[in-house]
Formats: sequence, structure tokens, C-alpha cells
Amino acid sequence: MVRVAGETLNSKVPDGPIQEKWDRHRFNLKLVNPANKRKFSVIVVGTGLAGGAAAASLAELGYNVKAFCFQDSPRRAHSIAAQGGINAAKNYANDGDSIWRLFYDTVKGGEWRAREANVYRLAQVANSIIDQCVAQGVPFAREYGGTLANRSFGGAQVSRTFYCRGQTGQQLLLGAYQALMRQVGLGRVKMFARREMMDLIVIDGVARGIVVRNMVTGQFEVHTADAVCVCTGGYGNVYYLSTNAKGCNVTAAWRCHRRGALFANPCFTQIHPTCIPVSGDYQSKLTLMSESLRNDGRVWVPKNAKDTRKVTDIPDEDRDYYLERRYPSFGNLVPRDIASRAAKERCDAGFGVGESGLAVYLDFRDAIRRDGEDVVRKKYGNLFHMYEKITADNPYQVPMRIYPAVHYTMGGLWVDYNLMSNIPGLYVLGEANFSDHGANRLGASALMQGLSDGYFVIPYTIGDHLATAHLPKIADDHPACLAAKKDAEDRMTSLLNVNGRRSVDSFHRDLGHIMWDYCGMARNRSGLQGAIQKIRDLREEFWKNVRVPGSGNTLNQSLEMAGRVADFMEFGELLALDALEREESCGGHFREEYQEVDGEAKRNDEQYAYVAAWQFTGYGEEPVLHKEPLSFENVKPSKRSYK
Amino acid sequence: MSGDLLNLTLRIWRQAGPNAKGAFRDYQLQGVSTHMSFLEMLDVLNEKLLQAGEEPVAFDHDCREGICGMCSLMINGQAHGPDKATTTCQLHMRRFKNGDTIVIEPWRASAFPVLRDLVVDRSALDRIIQSGGFVSVNTGNAPDGNAIPIPGHVQEVAMDGAACIGCGACVASCKNASAMLFVAAKVSQLSLLPQGHPERASRVIDMVAQMDKEGFGSCTNTSECEAACPAEVSVTHIARLNREYFKAMLITEK
Ligand SMILES: Cc1cc2nc3c(=O)[nH]c(=O)nc-3n(C[C@H](O)[C@H](O)[C@H](O)COP(=O)(O)OP(=O)(O)OC[C@H]3O[C@@H](n4cnc5c(N)ncnc54)[C@H](O)[C@@H]3O)c2cc1C
Ligand code: FES
Repeated sequence: MVRVAGETLNSKVPDGPIQEKWDRHRFNLKLVNPANKRKFSVIVVGTGLAGGAAAASLAELGYNVKAFCFQDSPRRAHSIAAQGGINAAKNYANDGDSIWRLFYDTVKGGEWRAREANVYRLAQVANSIIDQCVAQGVPFAREYGGTLANRSFGGAQVSRTFYCRGQTGQQLLLGAYQALMRQVGLGRVKMFARREMMDLIVIDGVARGIVVRNMVTGQFEVHTADAVCVCTGGYGNVYYLSTNAKGCNVTAAWRCHRRGALFANPCFTQIHPTCIPVSGDYQSKLTLMSESLRNDGRVWVPKNAKDTRKVTDIPDEDRDYYLERRYPSFGNLVPRDIASRAAKERCDAGFGVGESGLAVYLDFRDAIRRDGEDVVRKKYGNLFHMYEKITADNPYQVPMRIYPAVHYTMGGLWVDYNLMSNIPGLYVLGEANFSDHGANRLGASALMQGLSDGYFVIPYTIGDHLATAHLPKIADDHPACLAAKKDAEDRMTSLLNVNGRRSVDSFHRDLGHIMWDYCGMARNRSGLQGAIQKIRDLREEFWKNVRVPGSGNTLNQSLEMAGRVADFMEFGELLALDALEREESCGGHFREEYQEVDGEAKRNDEQYAYVAAWQFTGYGEEPVLHKEPLSFENVKPSKRSYK
Repeated sequence: MSGDLLNLTLRIWRQAGPNAKGAFRDYQLQGVSTHMSFLEMLDVLNEKLLQAGEEPVAFDHDCREGICGMCSLMINGQAHGPDKATTTCQLHMRRFKNGDTIVIEPWRASAFPVLRDLVVDRSALDRIIQSGGFVSVNTGNAPDGNAIPIPGHVQEVAMDGAACIGCGACVASCKNASAMLFVAAKVSQLSLLPQGHPERASRVIDMVAQMDKEGFGSCTNTSECEAACPAEVSVTHIARLNREYFKAMLITEK
């Protein structure tokens, strides 16, 4: 049994009816007067949707901002890769959408494991996001008459997703990036690219700065400020293969965790149902095929296992459209966790297709017959093109082959309603926090959350801290700064000094196999217990046998990866422990011991309606569990059914 | 599933740092599966170099799906290699033949100094955007998204320009190392959309001035950029930039 903290966590959710909470709260927050804002400095780590939007908006308000990213330009944050779209309850489609419905769908989609008040606020500000992006010149798809177009996404029965072809994330990010660049040009943001955050500086219990490594010169730098916003994205790469970019990491979040920030719900990971299947041992990443494809594509496997006919020759009566069969009211548009598990179930039962048997079909035959190839091309052309480049198959002629892959992480650093972690002055935004998606995120709502956090939440909530906290000036050579810098330097030196025989990448792959096999789409007690031991063993071997070539004072990509993989190996164990402790199935967390007779997830509200937030107690030591109980006054928990 | 196997000679530019002298080095790589992507092939080479006690080849990459613009590479003299509308990370080894020699170099342009091996500094492109590649609208200032209808075909052309991934292939493929296509893509997008109109004139003038200041060459209409662009940004955007520029020069007094 793990140690559980006596006191429960205070989420600082304001009182009052849910519709009024955010307004009342904004009224009650302390303000920094306009002339004083320039006396405060804020560090923003990460320039994805969350960080880019935050840095630009805070600078517009007058704060001095320093922004950091590890790529060569802030425009390359992984948000760029989002394809499908962004939700908002504009109800432009006149199909019955409302803020309440978006709120309801999101709480239900997350299986009652998110904080109601946060989700309501998210649904409330979503409409302003669309307006803001249009005003920035984001070229959202439009109807012939010039109004904004919408499409449908999983887990919803209304059409509320705004999109830019298959490149929505790119366009939203470029909007935020351009706003950020404008502030850089005006001198209000100082941009530091090719910098990796290696540690958080905490002084008298308050977050006051960061240590970064300049990835070109290898130098470690100290940056101090009055508040730190960590917007560094998700940790999906702990599985090695995922749809995330190669550089995505848990390092920034993990270093904050080691300095005292609680890590919440790490086991809530999202496996996306429609990705291009794995094809070889050398494979370095997986590619997503957007959920929007399920608007028109139908998912099926042959009714007869190992049907040897050409796929296009298999007649309808021999095809099992299993999503339509099992979930008639949502059909191919069931949420991701459900679609992924259903694909796994068919493949495990021997009906999978392709060389490995680990794939199902996503078929556009009927859409092409109905609407013509041109219409389909206009909607999905770039995705079809991407698919063909990777597989050399033409999806206009043969169905796509797809399989689930790690995609998104609902877990993250614990934050209160103000997006502040338990360390005062440390704010966490975007995918890096745990807040709004519970145990499963609905499609097109991560972009919404990142931009909501950055454009419309942090600009208000950060002021309260700056206006009320005691923030004496900190010099760069303050003992705490020097100590954090030295820790980071020593860690790098130890990595370089192991001088063993195996590459960083080979360890990362091994870790990925453990995580995928035991903490993937289905988990069970003995598997998780075994995984924890395996991760420990691997970590031990890593520190004895890894080989990091080159030196610390140059651009050294092996060294960068080594630091990230070392952190993944500590973090992976926490993920497995969290999965072990949560003895229920909900959302993306499926425990084989807890399922209904029909194989659906069996949630346990009585015992597990809480956020599990873990406290670091030392390397290799058992962490302490802090609970934030969740209560649902507006969307009553029920069986989550999409039948 | 390993596909056919290729034996290759890789001739790769190695340079230890920004001020070091660089040179080509040859490497033999055996048994490369045609299913691999080009970058996975370089991963395999790096693993081999590591085992041999040599330093791996540094190259930029991140998304590995053609959208972030981080990967680069001149492959046999072509930016992003031989395939049309394809980034280096999307290129697959089935495009090559057994026994091929593949020459791999960084982007070459004085505005893109080499940092190490195949990694270059492209921050000049960020500074061009800083000079005017935006709409000056603070958060919170926006009217309803449907307040200004934009005809579908106008939005489509704006999106064609907006699709630029900022990789710098246009610069690398141009004999003058001009960044005209990059600048034109942004100017064009924002001059087509009504939201960009108020700053239309100052934007184009400032961005072109910054481009010149960064040391990019001038455009002599050879259209190599269009051929190399993985996002298929067309040179018609350059024509639009030119029109915008002349109009702006007529109406602004500086
Ligand atoms: C392929 C794909 C498609 C998707 N499609 C959709 C979609 O259609 N709709 C939707 O809503 N969501 C989608 N998502 C999810 C969504 O894109 C992400 O959750 C979201 O963009 C994350 O934004 P972010 O700002 O939190 O982080 P990111 O965009 O990942 O940005 C992280 C930033 O932090 C920086 N950083 C990270 N670590 C460090 C460090 N140690 N030091 C310094 N800087 C660091 C990076 O440089 C980067 O700037 C998709 C995700 C993927 C992978
Ligand atoms: S790595 Fe992102 S475009 Fe190639």
C-alpha cells in the first residue's frame, strides 16, 4: 500500500453556480495596476499553443516575458502537428449546441474524472478563442457564402469543430507564434530558442526561475523571474513510439516534480484509434490519421478470420463494421478510448488484417461513391497524401490500414483552478497540466484547452499571485540558483561519464516496450507489478551501461536525448504505480480485472472519484499520494454509454 | 517486413562547430530496408557510428511527419531530396537503389550559418516575421468570428500561402539564396484576408526590408523555390507580393 497524505488538496474552485464561478472569480482576483505590470517578469517555458498564447498575451498586458523552447524556432512546437480541429460551442450549425452541451460532453467524455468547474470555464471561453484566431488571420475553412465551416468529431452528436484543412494545429500555432513574434519585435518578450529547461529554481517555497541548457553552446544558464509558466506539452514519448514529435519529453515537468510539484493522474494516457500501424524494428515514430476521417470513413474487419480475398473483393455481408454494430447511436464516431479498445478486441480475437494482424480497415469506398472523389479529396487530401507517402498504398482505391497508438496524455502536473501548481508561482498550462480532460480527452479539445489556458485564463490568474506574493529581487548568483545550476551540470557530467556500451535510443526502445505491453490499452495487477520491477532494472542498467558520445560543451543530440530518457525512466515507474493503484477502469485506463460482461469499462465512483496527485520523496523512494476528491453537481455520474 | 535491402555509400558533410572547417566524409551502410524513412536510415547510421566510437551525425528533425519544418538536408543537390511535395522526414528509402551514393549536405546560404554537421541557424526567418508577419490584434479584442464573411475561394488561396512550414527549402534551392517565397507566402495570406488589410502596406515594406537586411539574395524568377517547396507554395504568391509592394510604395511616404 502506498502512503496517503492526510489532508486533501484544495482546488480553490470558487463558490456559486457553475455558470457564474469564473465571472465571480475574475472579479475577486487581485489586479496588478497597468503601470506596475512592467515591474514584473514572467518566464514561459514552451511556445506551443499554451505557451505561445500565454507569452504573447502576458506581454500585451505589459509584463516582461522571457520565452523558451527547445526547437530552433517557437513556430515548431508540437502543436503544429495537430490535424483535425478545435471545438467551440458557437452553434453556427444550428444543431442544438450550447456551452452546456460542450461542458456535458467533455465531462462525460472524460468519464467523470475531471474537475467540473474547469471544464465549464473551458466551454465558456472556447467561443472567444475562435474569434481571436479569426482576427489574427487564421484561415479556417469556410462555406461558399463566407461563413465558418464545421465538422464532427468523436464523442459528440453536434458539429462544432473548426478546422483548417488537415492542418488546424499548424494554423492556430502560427497565429499564436505571430502574436508572440510581434511582442518580440516590440521588445516585450525575449525569446530563447534551442534552450532546454533542466531545473526549476524554488526559493522560500516559491518558484523564482529556471536553469536551461543552451543546446548550441552547451552552457547552462540561470533565468530568474517573478513567476514561471511551464507549458511543455505531454509525456507520450515515455512509450517510445507515439504520434508525438521526437523531442517531446517529460523533463521540464519531471524536474518540477522533483522540486515538489505534484504529478496528477499519470496513468491517464490516450491511445488514438487511427494511426498508421508499426512496420519495422527501426521505426522511430507513429503517424496519426486524424479522427476527422471517421466522419466519412467506416471501420471494419473481415467476418472470417484470415479472409484471403483482395480487400476490395470482400462483399458487405462478409464485413464486420464492428463499431456500427456495437455502438449504433455513435457508430464510427465513438470516443477514442472506446474505438481503440474495440480495435484491439477484434485483433486479439484473430480478425486483424495486414502482415502483422495488428490493423483494421478504415474505408472510404462509400463516401467516395456518395460524394465523389473530389469532395473527399478536398476534405482529407493532405491526410490521404501523407498516408500514401508512408505506406505506398492509395487510400482512394483501397481502405487504409490503421491501428491504435499512443497520442496524448491527460495526466500532468497538478494545478488548482488558477492553473497554479502546489508550488506558489509555478503555473502549468496546456497538455503539461492534468486539468480538463479527466480519464479521456475528446477530439479537438486539446487545442481548445491550450489556447484557453494561454489566452484567457493565465492573463487573469497570474496577476493575483504577482499582486499578493512577497517577491524580493533575486540575483542570478543567489545560492539556490547556483545550487540548481550545479545539480543540472553534475547530472550531465554523470551521463557523459557512464561510458558504457548501449545507445540512449536502445534504452528508450526497451522502456517503450515495457510501457506499451503493461501500461498500454489494457493493464492488470501482476503486469503492472512486473513492469515496475522491469523499469527499475532497466534504469539501473542505463546508469551503468549507457554510452553518450561527444562532450557537454557543444551541440550534442545524444546528450539531449540521454537526459530526457533518464527522466522518462523515473517517470515511467510513477505511471505504472498510478495505474496499479487505480483499481477501476475508466477512460483510457482499462484494468482487465474491472470490466462488465460485455467488455465495457467498469468504473468505481465510490472509491476512485478523485484526482491522484503524487509527491516526490526521493530517487527510488515510494511517492506519497495526495487526493483531490471530485464531486459532480451538474453532470451526474452515470454509466458512460455510446450505444 | 523488411522490404528490399540496400547497400549505400553516404557522403555526409561533417563540421564540428560554427567556426570549424567542414568536409565531406564517406560512410558505407549495408542492409538498409526500403521501408525505412530517410531519417530512420540516418538513425541506423548513427547507431553504427556510436558502436564504432565515433560521434553521430547531427541533423535537425522533430515531428517526422512533414509539418514542423525542422528537418532540412540537401540530398544529392536537392532540398528535401528527389520527391515532389515531400520533406526529408517523409522521404522513404524505396526511392533509392542498391549501390547508390547519396550526398547529404546542410542548407547552404549565408543567412543560414552552419551550427554543426547538418544543423543550420534559421533564426533569420523568425526575424522576418517579427518585422511584420502578423495582425496587430491583442487578445480579447476580436469581434465574432462570423462578423466578416470571407469568400471560400479567397480563404482557400490564403490557406495555400499559410501552409508554408518555414523550413527554408526555398532559400536553400535558390541560386541567389532568396527568401522571397517564404516572405510572399505570409504577405499573400495576410493581404488576402480582410483582417490583414489595415497593416497591408507597412507589412510588406517592413518584411522585404528585413529580408534584405538578413542577407538573403534577390529573386530572379527561376522558380526553383516552388519546385523544392514541400508545402507546394506557388510562385503566384511572389507575384502578389510584388503587386502589394509596388502599391505600398506608391501610397506610403517614408
Ligand atoms: C499528431 C497529433 C495530432 C493532434 N491533433 C489534434 C487535434 O486535431 N485537435 C486537438 O484538439 N488536439 C490535437 N492533438 C493534441 C494537441 O495537439 C496537443 O495536446 C497540444 O497542441 C499541446 O499543446 P501544448 O502547448 O501544451 O504543448 P506543445 O505544443 O507540445 O508545446 C510544447 C512546448 O514546450 C517546449 N518544451 C518542451 N519541453 C521543454 C523543455 N524541457 N525545455 C524547454 N522547452 C520545452 C517545446 O519546445 C514546445 O515549444 C494532436 C496531437 C498530436 C500528437
Ligand atoms: S521533422 Fe518536422 S517537417 Fe520534417
